[in-house]
Amino acid sequence: MLEQLTNGLAIGGIYALVALGYTMVYGVLKLINFAHGDLFTLGAYLGMTLLVSFGLAGYLPPLAALLVMLLMVMGLVAVSGYLLERVAYRPLRRSDRLAAVVSALGASIFLQNAIMLFYGPNYETYPDLLSVTASLTLFGVSIPVMRLVMFLASVLLMLVLYLFINRTRTGTAIRAVAADQGAARLMGIDVNRIIALVFMIGPALGGAAGVLLGLYYGNISFNMGTMYGLKAFIAAIIGGIGNIPGAMLGGLLLGVLEALGAAYISPVWKDAIAFLVLILILIFRPTGLLGERVAEKI
Amino acid sequence: MSYLELRDLRVSYGNIEALHGVSLSVDEGEIVTILGANGAGKTTTLTCISGLVRPASGGIHYKKTALHKTPSHKIVSLGISQSPEGRRVFSPLTVQENLNLGAFTVKDQALTRRNLEWIFELFPRLHERRSQLAGTLSGGEQQMLAIGRALMASPRVLLLDEPSLGLAPIMVQSIFEAIRHINKTGVTIVLVEQNAKAALKLADRGYVLEVGNVVMENSAAALLADPAVQQAYLGG
Repeated sequence: MLEQLTNGLAIGGIYALVALGYTMVYGVLKLINFAHGDLFTLGAYLGMTLLVSFGLAGYLPPLAALLVMLLMVMGLVAVSGYLLERVAYRPLRRSDRLAAVVSALGASIFLQNAIMLFYGPNYETYPDLLSVTASLTLFGVSIPVMRLVMFLASVLLMLVLYLFINRTRTGTAIRAVAADQGAARLMGIDVNRIIALVFMIGPALGGAAGVLLGLYYGNISFNMGTMYGLKAFIAAIIGGIGNIPGAMLGGLLLGVLEALGAAYISPVWKDAIAFLVLILILIFRPTGLLGERVAEKI
Repeated sequence: MSYLELRDLRVSYGNIEALHGVSLSVDEGEIVTILGANGAGKTTTLTCISGLVRPASGGIHYKKTALHKTPSHKIVSLGISQSPEGRRVFSPLTVQENLNLGAFTVKDQALTRRNLEWIFELFPRLHERRSQLAGTLSGGEQQMLAIGRALMASPRVLLLDEPSLGLAPIMVQSIFEAIRHINKTGVTIVLVEQNAKAALKLADRGYVLEVGNVVMENSAAALLADPAVQQAYLGG
């Protein structure tokens, strides 16, 4: 039980980090960034390149190497997210909503194929940065160190994001843009800059999640963004799309439910459970668990 | 040229022209009211000054700056802020956060603190409710918040769009008193109102808009006495 719970929380942390990117973009633009899952993949591959080709692990102790790599990957994927917004979304800001959706799907296909052309269509083995076999014994259950690192890293990133969004001037401006773009402009907020920023923060978190996942499972593939992106999107909906704490909650919850379902029902049901949860949420609480807490007063 | 001048402003939404060449001017320290029925173009005029809507032709000048060429987020730092139609407070944010956002362009922390104190003095209710979510406020309180938020930018010109809409008479009175008080501190005010009588009593001058045209302009006292204005906007 504890075994499955920790596994679920580790994977749930990944879902949550990726879900934040979906939910933040949706919050400010009411747009689903379908290319977000592929930015997650891009993060995983960039991390691999840093470790293998640049031999990052050779210079630093494992944890420091992990930290440096995460920061570098986050920076690189943030730039990719920024470019994505400039190229695929900003020119369509005033067009029909459908145009942006098609553009998002196109961007996803483009990114996935670009990664495939560059890195090849096969599974890649991820470098073993932190010895995956090491484990801690807690309450008589052994927990792999990697699992702990992964969970702590995702919680730490979410905490930083939460504080940034809720405690800083820029974070408040992001929430204002999400609530009412026109009114935000009347405050003197440069809405374009805020949108660009959101397209950097979300992908940065997604990229970090990609690295963590690669380290956890030990292999990655060019199209893994499709399934993980979809799961994270479900997590965002479970929490209430557009709601930042909701994405965190939804991600962790989905991870745990999947892990428990896989253990107690059957591993082949893992993906079905995610969709079942989605269907139940859409039927019984379409706004998500934390969606629409404030009633709008007219 | 006047302090704030709108010259021959034409604005279209799609194929429909909402303003057919509106010209008006505002002097420093004045309260100018813009009257007119629904759809006359009052709100469009204000959103144009704030840069949320761009004119197809004509120009808006504030001191020496061409506002129609200035990005909306820079207009606030020039000293023009707006309390928009329908209040548009950020409902999922607290009252305090709403007010902080009003000061988004202000770098001077001490000035922001002074403004905040002044706004809490002007609207004590906001102080009581500062940690409450804005969406949970009553209509009148939201109106106070929208005005307070606009004042946090330390404006030289304050644009007020329908500040009395949907409020109880007692609330209307206190909002109008607050406007008079704000004006006394040297802030120029452009007031769009449905409540023509109250607006004219408060204002120095007034403009009457009809379907996108200025049809009358005069001192507020003269407009108040004008039979045509009385007939159309003051209930006979």
